[in-house]
Amino acid sequence: MLSYIMKRILSAIPVLLVVSIVIFLIIHITPGNPASVILGEEATPEQIAELEESLGLNLPIHQQYFSWIAGVFQGDLGTSYFMKAPVTESIANSIVPTISLAIFAQIIALLIAIPIGVLAANKRGSFADSSMMVFALLGMSIPSFLLALLLVLLFGVQLGWLPVAGFRPLSEGLLIHLQYLILPAISLGAIQAALIARMTRSSILEVLNMNYIKSARAKGVKNFSLILKHAFRNALLPILTVVGQTFGTLITGAVVVETVFNIPGIGQLVINSIERRDFAVIQGVVLFITVLYIFLNLIIDILYGMIDPRVRLDRK
Amino acid sequence: MQTLKTDTNVDLSEIKSTLKSEQRKILTKKIMKNKLMVAGGIIFILLCLLALFGPMLVKYDPHEMTVSDRLTAPSGDHLLGTDNFGRDLLSRIVYGSRATLGVGFSVAILSSLFGLIIGLYSSYYKTLDHILMRISDGLMAIPGVLLAIALMAALGPSTRNVIIALSIVFTPYIARVVRSVALSVREQTYIEAMRAQGASSFRIIWLHIMPNTISPLIVQATFIFSDAMITEAALSFLGVGVPAPDPSWGNILYDGKLVIFNAWWMTVFPGIMIILAVMSLNLFGDGLRDLIDPRVKSGKKIKGDKHAK
Repeated sequence: MLSYIMKRILSAIPVLLVVSIVIFLIIHITPGNPASVILGEEATPEQIAELEESLGLNLPIHQQYFSWIAGVFQGDLGTSYFMKAPVTESIANSIVPTISLAIFAQIIALLIAIPIGVLAANKRGSFADSSMMVFALLGMSIPSFLLALLLVLLFGVQLGWLPVAGFRPLSEGLLIHLQYLILPAISLGAIQAALIARMTRSSILEVLNMNYIKSARAKGVKNFSLILKHAFRNALLPILTVVGQTFGTLITGAVVVETVFNIPGIGQLVINSIERRDFAVIQGVVLFITVLYIFLNLIIDILYGMIDPRVRLDRK
Repeated sequence: MQTLKTDTNVDLSEIKSTLKSEQRKILTKKIMKNKLMVAGGIIFILLCLLALFGPMLVKYDPHEMTVSDRLTAPSGDHLLGTDNFGRDLLSRIVYGSRATLGVGFSVAILSSLFGLIIGLYSSYYKTLDHILMRISDGLMAIPGVLLAIALMAALGPSTRNVIIALSIVFTPYIARVVRSVALSVREQTYIEAMRAQGASSFRIIWLHIMPNTISPLIVQATFIFSDAMITEAALSFLGVGVPAPDPSWGNILYDGKLVIFNAWWMTVFPGIMIILAVMSLNLFGDGLRDLIDPRVKSGKKIKGDKHAK
């Protein structure tokens, strides 16, 4: 077990290395001099030289990389040129709404998807099954920001039931927090729900073909408890994997959905930073989310190996 | 002896052609049986025709502003209404289909091309494999939309840069697929025989390994086509994609969001177009994959689609 964990952790190192190089290089693919891009057209040569000096852009490229990465290891993602504040501070200020949205979306997705998947598997081949799967396909074909706009149009503008934009922190009360978060969470969770519903259906169907199910059925176990107690439990592992692996996707999806609802999260931070040409923030956010994403997957992998010993042997 | 040989040749080619036509018949039957795939294909072809010939049919210039006609609801004069600058929405959606489908198509082609080259060579040369696959692991670890946003921030908004950024994002997914197929092909006996006969690596790679990778590549490319359209729409919606005033479905939605209280048509119509395009391609791709590899029926799509939304 320990060697499996070590192996998984070691395998993440080259990925992290490449990720850091790619993100570092982003500022260097700007057409022209990065410092003059940051300062805009009216900057004087002296200002450009000064900024280059302070950002370290006049150093050889490998030195720039090493000083940047050394900072990253000490928890320093650089300083925002526009806000004159550490990038980590900006991220810390805007991460809460994003995480809150992602978690809520995940819960909604699970609540919708698992019953649908179980029902569809149970009534395999029926009209209900195929209509649910068409629904899932539709869910996978609508980009989250578009679903968000359509939901705003329906529930916010036409019916006037829910607020169309904004964010209220949890400290103002759970109900009002959720009221503002429900539309963003549904739009973000829909794709997730579609994915999980399809996964639930196919993994239950796979389990239902196994011999122990057949023998349970032969012994007279009722269909309902057969599905819930015998099949669903064993189908849970692949479902959990999908949930884990796609949680990172939810966080990136949140970046786009936040913009629709003007939620002051990571997404707003990135979009505002693009307008301000604040590359330190962009690099910092991309690195932060990617590392989060890699670690989440690593943890899922390790948990998976703990729960299901076959995985450890498979991935030698 | 001579006559006998020609005789068999004639027979063989005849048999071959009848066999081929029979195989074709079976294939057509199989395709027609998958109604969803046929429907997806037809809808998508219609959308492509709209992008190609639509601009000749519409009445208005997509950039022409008539201030007095701002935000008029759909009517006989403006079938889908007008936007907040008084531009005809139908024209903008039709011209916008060129931008959105054009980006999807270019990205699918470019990433297929680079992915094919990278996948083939890394399957054939071990050292190259280690380097290229670590790079693509790294690129795939960065969530797609985020990487695209960061690249667009650096490159600056333009349609050409959207294509470049998305091709960088999606090439690793093609390379992975091609490589995994090519790795199993290269272990086959006939490749070994080629090598023993002294065939050059170039010949082995391009004439004998490459053809085997084409069908999985095409399936993956259709998914990348639809992912690229979604991502383009998202980027344009965020204001870092196709720059205004040129229309794309994404930036029509961006304008629509500003006037969502007054003009539902600016959100609904481009929205329907995006859903139609993405869903028809996904249906077509799913069907194509079932056709090529019947084992993976109705499973989940290959990892590439996850990030884009």
